[in-house]
This record gives sequence, C-alpha cells and structure tokens, in this order.
Amino acid sequence: MAEHLATRVAYGQTLAELGKTHPELVAMDADLSCSTMSKTFADAFPDRFFNMGIAEANMTGVAAGLAACGKQVFISSFAMFATGRAWEQVRNSVAYPGLNVKIVGSHGGLSVGEDGATHQCIEDYAIMRSIPGMMVVSPCDANEMRHAVRALVEYNGPAYLRLGRLAVDSVTDELPGYTFELGKGTLLADGTDVTIIATGMMVQMAVQAAKDLAAEGISARVIDMHTIKPLDKEMVLKAARETGAIVASEEATVVGGLGSAVCECVAEGCPVPVVRHGVQDEYGRSGPALKVLEAYGLTAAGIADAARRAIAMKNK
Amino acid sequence: MSNNHQLALTAARGRLLGMEMVYRAASGHIGGSLSAMEIVTLLYQEVLRIDPANPADPARDRFVLSKGHCTPALYPNLAFRGFFPEEELKMFRRIDGTMSGHAEMHIPGVDMSTGSLGQGISAAVGMALAGKMDCRDYRVYALMGDGEIEEGQVWEAFMSAAKYKLDNLCAIIDVNGLQIDGCTADIMPTDPLDDKLAAFGWHPIWVDGHDYDDLRAAFAQAAQVKGKPTVLLARTIKGKGVSFMENVAGWHGKAPNTEQYEQAMAELRAELARLEGN
Repeated sequence: MAEHLATRVAYGQTLAELGKTHPELVAMDADLSCSTMSKTFADAFPDRFFNMGIAEANMTGVAAGLAACGKQVFISSFAMFATGRAWEQVRNSVAYPGLNVKIVGSHGGLSVGEDGATHQCIEDYAIMRSIPGMMVVSPCDANEMRHAVRALVEYNGPAYLRLGRLAVDSVTDELPGYTFELGKGTLLADGTDVTIIATGMMVQMAVQAAKDLAAEGISARVIDMHTIKPLDKEMVLKAARETGAIVASEEATVVGGLGSAVCECVAEGCPVPVVRHGVQDEYGRSGPALKVLEAYGLTAAGIADAARRAIAMKNK
Repeated sequence: MSNNHQLALTAARGRLLGMEMVYRAASGHIGGSLSAMEIVTLLYQEVLRIDPANPADPARDRFVLSKGHCTPALYPNLAFRGFFPEEELKMFRRIDGTMSGHAEMHIPGVDMSTGSLGQGISAAVGMALAGKMDCRDYRVYALMGDGEIEEGQVWEAFMSAAKYKLDNLCAIIDVNGLQIDGCTADIMPTDPLDDKLAAFGWHPIWVDGHDYDDLRAAFAQAAQVKGKPTVLLARTIKGKGVSFMENVAGWHGKAPNTEQYEQAMAELRAELARLEGN
C-alpha cells in the first residue's frame, strides 16, 4: 500500500532525524513552523531552531551569517515569502557568496487552496531558477522528499526545496530499483509516443495520465523531474530523440519554470514539440485545493490532453 | 608616539589610498568612506581580534561592512593589516582584478559579501548567533549607514538581535546625515535614533565618530554590556578631510575629476605631512 503523506511532513521528520547525526544543522522559520513542519525539528532540537518571526528578509540574512560560521541552515516559510519576499536576500546574501543555506518553500503552487492567490506561489521555480548557482528541487512524494532532504544535507551550497501542503500518494516508494540523485530525473514509466516530464505533485497525475493514454493506445513515457535545476538534460534529450514530443507539467506558472527549462534544453539540443502544462500566466484563486487545481486544468485529464496536443504537433 | 597619533597617521594614509582608488577607477563611494575612516581604522588597528595569516580562523572577531559601498575605507585597512598587498588596491573596480566595488567574501579578510543595503546587519546577527551556539567568545561588528537604516530589514535584524540577547554584537551607525539624494532628515527622518534603538532592546551610545578616545571607550563599554547588543551612534562628517567634499551629498558615489583629485590629494597630503611632522 502506497504511503499517503504530505511532503512537508516528511521534510520535518527527515530534518529532525538528520539533526542527530549532523550537529551543524540549524533550522529557522518565520512563524509558520507548524505549517512548514520545521516544528518537528524544533521539538527535537530546540537549541538549534530559531523562530525569526514574520520577517523573512532578516531570516534569510541571519541564515547567511550562520552559514558563514560553518552552520548548515534550513530556512522555511511559505514558498511565496521564502522566495518572493526575500528573493533579493536569497540572491545577494546567500547565493552570490555561495553559502550553505537551503531555502524551503512550503505550500507551493495552487494547492494552498482556500487562502487564494496571494498565498499561491506559482513563480518560485522561475525566480529561484533565475539565480546563478541555485539548485531547485521539487520532490513528488514523501519518500522522495526524505531522499531529497538527506541529499541536500550532504550538498554544500545554496538550494531551494519546494514542499507541498496536501497529502499525496507515494509513487516512488514501491518503485523497483528506485534511487535518488540530485540533478537526475527518475523514469517512472517507459513509452514511445510522448514523454511527460513532471515535477512535484503533478508527477502522480502524470502517472495517471499515462495510464489513461495507454487505454487509447498511446504509449507515454513518464519522468519524475524532482530537480528542476540543474536539469537532467541528458534524460530530456533522450526523451526528445526517442519519443519526439514532450509535455512538461508543473504546479506553477508555465513562465520560467520546468516547462521553460525543458524548452530551453530541447530547443538547443533536439528540437521537438513541447507543451508546457501548468498555470497559463494567470493568478490562482480561492477554493478547495482540488477544485482550484481542476479549474486550472492541473489534472491527469489536463496532462493527457496536453500529451495529445504534443503528439498532434509532432505529426504535422 | 601615542596610539591615537599612530591611528591618525594610518587613517590619513587610508584616506589618500581610498581617494586614489576612486579616482583611478573613475567610480566609487568616497563620501561615506571618508566619514567612516576613523571607525574602520580603529577597528582594524586595535579592536578586532584577527590574524591576517589565518583569515578564516573560526575564533576570530567578525566585521561586516553593512554599508558595503564603503570599500575605499575597508580595503586600505585590510591591506595595512597585511591581508593583501597594497598594490592590489590599484585593481579596485577593474575587470581584470578582484577588488570589487562592494565588499565580497572572495577578498581575504572580508567576512561577508555586502552591498545591497540592510542585509549585512542580518548576517552579523547570524554570526553573533553562531558564536553563542558554539560558546565562542568572538565579537561581531557591523558598520551601517544612517541612510541604510531606512531599510525595513534593518529593524527586523534589530528585533532579532535583542530577542537572542546578542551582547557579542556591536553595530556602528555612521551618522553623517546624508544619503544619495540629500539629507536623511529630508529623505526619511530616522530620529530619535537613541530612543528607537533603546526601544528595540539595544544599548545605544552616542560617540564622535572621528574621535579615537570616544570610539575606544564606546567599544570597551559595548564589550561590557551583558544581555543586549550595543549600537554606537557615530556622529561623523561625510567627506571628512577634503574641504569641498565635506557635508556635500553629491560626493556620496562620485569620483573626482583630475582637478578635484589634485586638490583633494593636496589637502590629504598636507594633513599627513602635518601628522608626520609631530
């Protein structure tokens, strides 16, 4: 039975677990520790947790100072504030000097739901990806999140990690031969007609879409691209060569995120049709999370439709 | 020769070098560098516990130039302490050199990359916090501009330093009263600084930012204050030491032309000669 858990819960648990073996590990939050689940670490290591109040800019800068003194710092907030409010602090105080700070954005994408557009961060991939030297990681399920947090603790440098609010089914925990490596995509299903490259919770929908497409006789490859930057170009280009059409799917704006990264890679290496599936350059709105996702076409059916369009372009 | 006299000589040489740097690069921030020269000189010559042979020593005192544009005050002092040869200063702001316009950590002796105002003080808070966590007795100093403190992040940093009782942190605000567009009192009033900082949980001390005895006493007092961070509110003159640059906002980030440079250097050399004659 696949695990059903929010990635943010797995994040907190894993960070707390790693705290035992990594004395240099420090966590900070900006008054959202019960939501980002950094509280799990705080409860285990109160002396190594700092609640900086609703002040993301300062939290980011303080993290840079701690990192300059040898600490490994995970700072958490909602994706909107961690990457948006404090973008320039992330850029100038953390990334430019190459300090070992992990920026963790929870409640990314539209699935914040009822809180509405001000809290639905769809730009985090794009704005973090634009920063030179910044790694961007977006695990799809709790299992992958555990692997990602462990890998990021071993990685010395700035990185952005997106967490999701909703509990999601795991698609990687029972995958035969599953391994996790930062910067390497995971092949979830092979196929020949089209490749769906998805990140975050769109991965589960991509798996479902591939099953639905199979019923129509369409063979879809599914790649879980947990690391958006650096992109696994080798895997993307191989998919372009072998399937001739690509759908990039993300719970984010199609401007500047995974879809853009895939387009850039394919355009320069093996031009094939790419359909960017995500939020089409507009804001989200309030509503129950699944209803909001549905309203913006962020569903398995939406991905399957994008796949059909990609294949149609290939045949033109 | 008294310590103060030696410091005055060093600051005079620092002013000459800083002026040369900006003139040669045809860009840079001379006004605020001249106002902060005594503060930076005293820190690097006397206050900071640092070892230029081991610039990454975890036990060292830290200095964060939060007003990161004032490298014409910082770099000469780093060179005087032997972090790199004075010759390097000629590469200030050059594409083929490493002496960046704003302070950067790749330069030996620079503890934090700064330049975007308001960010250095947060990093200094982090460094002081790390010192507390690791039970180290190093101290952290952060030099800020009085225009810089208009940034909201600065006040976030002030709150957090008080929360964590960072008595190993000492901020210095270079109160020269001017910023790029004019007087701070006109652009965005920040008075009363002492009351505001005290209300934010800091221990404020007014000092004459060009007076070594005053500064020295304040740094010593700061080291004795327990349970809260200290801030030196240093009254200074922007452009200090060059008659036509003093108290003129226009010299915040402008390089002198050749004529102005010659006049400035003549004044600075005359002051050095006067000090050497003593």
